[in-house]
Amino acid sequence: MSQMEEDKVACLPRLSRVAVCGGTHGNELSGVYLVRELLKAKKKVMEEKEPVLMVLSNPRAMQQCSRYIDTDLNRCFTQATLNGPTSDLAPYEIIRSRQLNVMLGPKGSPEAVDLICDLHNTTANMGLCFITYSDSDWICLHIFRHLQRQMPDVPMRYINFDISHKESYSLDSVGKHGFAMEIGPQPHGVVRSNIYRVMKDAVLHMLDWVHFFNSGTIFEGGFVDVFTVVRHIDYPRERETRNIIAAIHPQLQDRDFCLLHPGDALFQTFSGETLSYNGNEPLYPFFVNECAYYEKGIALYLARKRHVMIPVIRVQTEKEQQINKEGFESEEE
Amino acid sequence: MSSYNNNTCYDEARRVAIFGGTHGNEMSGVTLVNLWVKNGTEIQRKSVETKAFITNPKAVEKCTRYVDTDLNRAFTPENLSAPEGHDLPYEVRRAQEINRIFGPKGSPDAYDVIFDLHNTTSNMGCTLILESSKDHFNLQMMNYIKKAIAPASCLVLLNEHPLLKYSTSRSVAKHPVGLEVGPQPQGVLRSNIFEAMRVILKHALDFIQLFNEGMEFPPCMVEVFRALERVDYPRDANGNIIAMVHPNLQDGDWEPLNPGDPLFQTFDGKTIHYQGSSTVYPTFINEAAYYEKQQAFVTTRRETLVASAIRKA
Repeated sequence: MSQMEEDKVACLPRLSRVAVCGGTHGNELSGVYLVRELLKAKKKVMEEKEPVLMVLSNPRAMQQCSRYIDTDLNRCFTQATLNGPTSDLAPYEIIRSRQLNVMLGPKGSPEAVDLICDLHNTTANMGLCFITYSDSDWICLHIFRHLQRQMPDVPMRYINFDISHKESYSLDSVGKHGFAMEIGPQPHGVVRSNIYRVMKDAVLHMLDWVHFFNSGTIFEGGFVDVFTVVRHIDYPRERETRNIIAAIHPQLQDRDFCLLHPGDALFQTFSGETLSYNGNEPLYPFFVNECAYYEKGIALYLARKRHVMIPVIRVQTEKEQQINKEGFESEEE
Repeated sequence: MSSYNNNTCYDEARRVAIFGGTHGNEMSGVTLVNLWVKNGTEIQRKSVETKAFITNPKAVEKCTRYVDTDLNRAFTPENLSAPEGHDLPYEVRRAQEINRIFGPKGSPDAYDVIFDLHNTTSNMGCTLILESSKDHFNLQMMNYIKKAIAPASCLVLLNEHPLLKYSTSRSVAKHPVGLEVGPQPQGVLRSNIFEAMRVILKHALDFIQLFNEGMEFPPCMVEVFRALERVDYPRDANGNIIAMVHPNLQDGDWEPLNPGDPLFQTFDGKTIHYQGSSTVYPTFINEAAYYEKQQAFVTTRRETLVASAIRKA
């Protein structure tokens, strides 16, 4: 490779510590069962590769088969929540998020794990989605592209929420790199074999990629379609009771990632009236009719699609890693 | 009920109830009943007093199946006759209250018909649940509904088996009718499922109105699926599930399951086959709420029942 070509290669630190988390929401069962199975098979599967941390994030919620006990665990990883005052009366999930931060973090520090893959299911018809905070995390984007190539029959999308690291709130933000792997449609409390199979294959392909990366493989650049979240829309509600007064329209139901144009049907009231999308640009809907979002006031999200260029990447050599580390330490001084 | 000129006579069905929220996270029924409590025009018929009622309001508020115990199993004679007290589980107290309002179960004062609205995560489509093969009034109603919605389909599940039958909220009435529509995730409202349930109830109430006006319904044949046995997931010594419903069986409610067909798939991809000796028709395949009840699906047998001619007494 010429010097100029070398300049365009992103050289990133080795991914020494990787964590796969399931049961962050206790009723999203693919991840619960997959992590349990991988824990059982640990010795057989992981022999030649880097050790992977397998974590069941919310055991009490899993036992109850509910999303959470006191509060949504996957909103408890802001710096403010992690470093707030401690108390015996704190909600279970806040105590748990701090334990996970010790185990996998501390968030923002050099000790944090290199990569977190947090497993989720959705009732929305989203296929397999990566959900991240960044549209330029080359590790996550390359893993996504690798999965697309290894599993071409699975509909896959890359979503990014435009939230700064400071404001980030989910478990995957604890690692230096991280993403939620969201697969649907699956009812909560149910494990569907086809969905489980996709999640298992995806996690194993991801771990393969990490192994190749750490072994020095150079990954070619290219393009990835990234869906950047613009806004969400709530259900129409009754003013006083806040009860929902319309359902997702049959023409929108199950049509995640089908472009929604101004004037297209959004909701159908219980008296049969159609309510339309009155935004001024066509956007891509997703998380359409996700059960857990009723209480968060979200009927669907809307995103713009962009063609993002990803560079060639490879792992840093030991020498490069040393230079980088010294640079980091001198910055701290 | 009496027989006269080969007709089976039933009393006029004047008091009818529609129950929603027996399971607080089965949203079609919750939504419909809330709608009709606010404005009941749609469910009124000239000769019928129809009452829409949320059976488990605490569970509805929390959007959960139940608070202490499953309301739809709580209407046992023991529970209904237990001395009142605040140390009773919430749903048992609710069952006693519902029995007071709409029963007493088994007495002449009980409501004539109760429709109990449910959703399932199983791919069951529209299913009417019948608790007795000898209830000709219900059989005739179900026949009427099936014909009215054709070519759309509505199947009848007969749950008369002494080991599988359970003490439902609707069992308080003289003519209990279960209405189960799926697939729909718990806590989710899908407009197509909601509309399907609404249409079935419309036809059910039309039938009752016609019956009360004196219409005679001639004998008819009704195809039913009779519940045979429940089949659990394979589990390990600790009771943990070790296999999932097989992709071939998933969503295959009401399709024939033949000996040797795939039933379950272990987490590492092995197939477990159906060992029965005859073809059965499985239903309630992969219903979320039944994991804790040790039920992956229920087997049924196809039967044709003959409904006697009926008319108002």
